[in-house]
Amino acid sequence: MAFEGLSDRLQSTIKKIKGKGKVSEQDVKEMTREVRLALLEADVNFKVVKDFVKRVKERAVGQEVMESLTPGQQVIKVVKEELQALMGGEQSKIAVADKPPTVIMMVGLQGAGKTTTTGKLANLLRKKYNRNPMLVAADVYRPAAINQLETIGKQLSMPVFSLGTEANPVDIANQAVAQAKEEHHDYVIIDTAGRLHVDNDLMDELQQIKADVNPNEIFLVVDAMTGQDAVNVAESFNEQLDITGVVLTKLDGDTRGGAALSIKAVTEKPIKFAGMGEKLDELEAFHPERMASRILGMGDVLSLIEKAQDNVDEKKAKELEEKMRSASFTFDDFLEQMGQVRNMGPLEDLLGMLPGANKMKGLKNVQIDEKQISHVEAIIQSMTKQERQDPSLMNASRKKRIAKGSGRSVSEVNRLLKQFEEMKKMMKQMTNMQKGKKGKKGKGINFPFM
Amino acid sequence: MSFFKKLKEKFSTNEQETDVSEKYKEGMAKTRGSFSSKINDLVARYRKVDEDFFEDLEEILISSDVGVATVMELIDELKMEVKRQNIKDSQKVKEVISEKLVEIYYGDDDEAVEELNVQEDQLSVILFVGVNGVGKTTTIGKMAHKLKEEGKKVILAAGDTFRAGAIEQLEVWGERVGVEVIKHNAGSDPAAVIYDGVQAAKSRKADVLLCDTAGRLQNKVNLMNELSKVKRVIEREIPEAPHEVLLVLDATTGQNAMSQAKTFSEATDVSGIVLTKLDGTAKGGIVLAIRNELNIPVKFVGLGEKVTDLQQFDAHAFVYGLFADMLEAE
Repeated sequence: MAFEGLSDRLQSTIKKIKGKGKVSEQDVKEMTREVRLALLEADVNFKVVKDFVKRVKERAVGQEVMESLTPGQQVIKVVKEELQALMGGEQSKIAVADKPPTVIMMVGLQGAGKTTTTGKLANLLRKKYNRNPMLVAADVYRPAAINQLETIGKQLSMPVFSLGTEANPVDIANQAVAQAKEEHHDYVIIDTAGRLHVDNDLMDELQQIKADVNPNEIFLVVDAMTGQDAVNVAESFNEQLDITGVVLTKLDGDTRGGAALSIKAVTEKPIKFAGMGEKLDELEAFHPERMASRILGMGDVLSLIEKAQDNVDEKKAKELEEKMRSASFTFDDFLEQMGQVRNMGPLEDLLGMLPGANKMKGLKNVQIDEKQISHVEAIIQSMTKQERQDPSLMNASRKKRIAKGSGRSVSEVNRLLKQFEEMKKMMKQMTNMQKGKKGKKGKGINFPFM
Repeated sequence: MSFFKKLKEKFSTNEQETDVSEKYKEGMAKTRGSFSSKINDLVARYRKVDEDFFEDLEEILISSDVGVATVMELIDELKMEVKRQNIKDSQKVKEVISEKLVEIYYGDDDEAVEELNVQEDQLSVILFVGVNGVGKTTTIGKMAHKLKEEGKKVILAAGDTFRAGAIEQLEVWGERVGVEVIKHNAGSDPAAVIYDGVQAAKSRKADVLLCDTAGRLQNKVNLMNELSKVKRVIEREIPEAPHEVLLVLDATTGQNAMSQAKTFSEATDVSGIVLTKLDGTAKGGIVLAIRNELNIPVKFVGLGEKVTDLQQFDAHAFVYGLFADMLEAE
C-alpha cells in the first residue's frame, strides 16, 4: 500500500525489540528512519522532515524512549508531541477592522479552491458571527470565474461586486471596498485570480491591491494534496504579501496532507480553516492536533466525536436509550435516529474518520448509498401512525399500500420490517448485557447502524 | 554512444524538435533550474560515490515528488549499476541517472504510447477525468484548439453540471476556439449530457468529441460510480469508445497523485495523463512513479496559460528539459 501509517511502519521494528530489555541506539536509528519515510510519504517537505527527525532523534536517544517499556509507542508519542508543537494551537479567529468594513483577500495558485472558499468563508461569517459580507469578483482572467462567484452569491443570497472581465482587478478591489462602506457591509472578501508564485506581473498586481485596500487578512488558499512544492509556493506568497493565514482545501480527500506541516514550518503563519467538502457549509476550523494524527495515519477520532456531539441532541439520545432498554423502540424513533446520523454528514465520511476503518476488509469498500436511506425514510413515512408504533399490525394489504405510497416494492417493505425486528432484538440483547455490567452504563452516543 | 550525446544529437539535427525542446525549456525553466542544478551541486560536492552521495541523491529525487517507493527502487538499481560498472567518478553516475529515468518512462513500450488515439474516418470520443481544480476544462479548451488547427471537427460536451460556472467556462472556450458546446442546465445528470454529446457528434459528423466531467475526489465512491456510468453510456453508444480516457493531474500534487491514478483507473480505465501547471516550480516527478507502477503514460503537458501551451508529451524533451544545464555544461 502506498499509505502506511507510522504505527504500521513501526510494527516490525517494535516486534524486533520487544524481547529486549533495552533499546539500542541502532534500534532508535531504525525507528527514526521509519518516521522519516512516513513523513515523506505524507508529502511533508524533505527539509522540514530532516529538521524534524533530528529533533525526534535527540529526544528518542535520551532516556525518554530508551528506558521505556514500550519504546515503539514512546517514539510515536514523541513524534506526535513534536508535530503538535510545530503545528501550534488552534487559531480560527478572523480579524475585525476598527472601522468597518474588514477586508479579506484570497490568494493562491490556480485550482486551489479560492472561489469556493470565498463563498464558504462568507457563509461562515454570516452563520457563525452574524456578519453581512460582500463578495468581490476580481478574477478577470479565468473564463467564467466571475460567473462562478455570482452563482455562489446567488446560492447564499449575498451580493457580489463585479465590473466584468474588462476592468482592472486593482480598480475592482478599490471600488468594491468603497461600495461596501456605502452599503454598510462589515466584511469584504476579494476573490483574486489564481496565479503562479513565480509570475511577477500577477504577483505585482496582488501587491498593488494590498497597498490600495489595506486588507486585514490575506488568506493563502492551498490544496491539501500539494507535494514538495508547497514550501516554494507558501514561501513566495508570504514573502511578497506577508499573508496572515492559510486555508487548506480538499481535506475531505484521502491525502495525508503533509503540505500543512511544510507550510506551517516555512511561513510560521497559522492554518486557520480547512475545506471539508464541496458544499458551501463545509468549511471548518483547522485543528492542528488532528492534522498531526492524520499525517501519521492515526485516524480522526476526535473529529468524529465532535461531529456527533454537535449534531446529536443529548436529551433525545437519553430518551432513546431508555426506549431501547425497554424495547419500545418504534419506527418513529428509527426515523428520528436516521435524521440525526444524517445531520453529521455523509456516512462514508464518518466511516473514514474511524482509525483503521479503511483497512478493515468489510469496511474498505462499504459505500453507503444515501439514496437507500431516502428509500427507507419514504417507506416509513408511508406508514400510518399506528403502524409505526406497532409493526405487528402489518398485513399484505397494508404492505401493498405502503409500497405504493413510497414508490418502493413490497419486498423492500418486507425487508425493512425484518431488519427492524432484528434490530430490536439486538438492542434488547445489548441493553441486557449492559445491565450485567453494573455501573458501566452506555455513556455517550449510540449509533443504530454501526 | 552515451545517452547525453544521443540526446544532444537528436536536438541539434532536427529543426522541428528543437522547437519542441525550446518550448519545454521555456516552460520548465524553473523546474529544470532547481532539479538539475541540485544534481550538479551534488556531483560537484562529491568526488567519490559513497553512501552519503546516494543519500543526497535520494533527497533530490524525493524533493521532485518522484515518490519514496520509486526513489528507493531507483537508488537500488543505481547502486547495482555503479558496482557492476565499477564507477568511482560521480560525473559518470550522472549519465546513469538520466538513462535510468528515461528507462522508467518508456519501460518496454515503444515511444508511440504518447500518441493520442484519434481515429481517421470516424468519431473519436475523449473523456476527461480528475480531481477538483487540476485544469480539466482549460485542458479541453486547449486541446479543442489543437485538434481544430489539425483540421478536425470538434464538439465539446459540458459534463460538469455540478460546479458553479463550469458550463459557462466551457462555453467561453467554445467561443474562443470556435467549436460547438453541447450542454444541459446546471445540476442535471452528467450522463445525459454526455449521451446528447455523442448523439450530436454523430449526427453532425464530428471527428472528435471532448467530454468534460466535474472534478471529484477519488475517495467519494458515489461520485466515482457516477463517472463509471458516464463511461458506460459512451461505450453503449459507440462500442470502441471512449478512445481515450485522460486523467488530468496537477504537477504540484504530491503522493496523492498515485492514489488518484489508481482509483480513477479502476473507475474509468484511464489511458493517459495530462500533466498540467508544469510552468511553475513544481516538478511533476510523480509521473515517473505512476508510469513505473501503473504503466500509464503521460500524453500531454500544460506549460502555460495560453491556448497554445498544451504540448504533446515527449519523454526525451522532458528529460532534456530537466538536464539541459548539465548537457550544456559538458
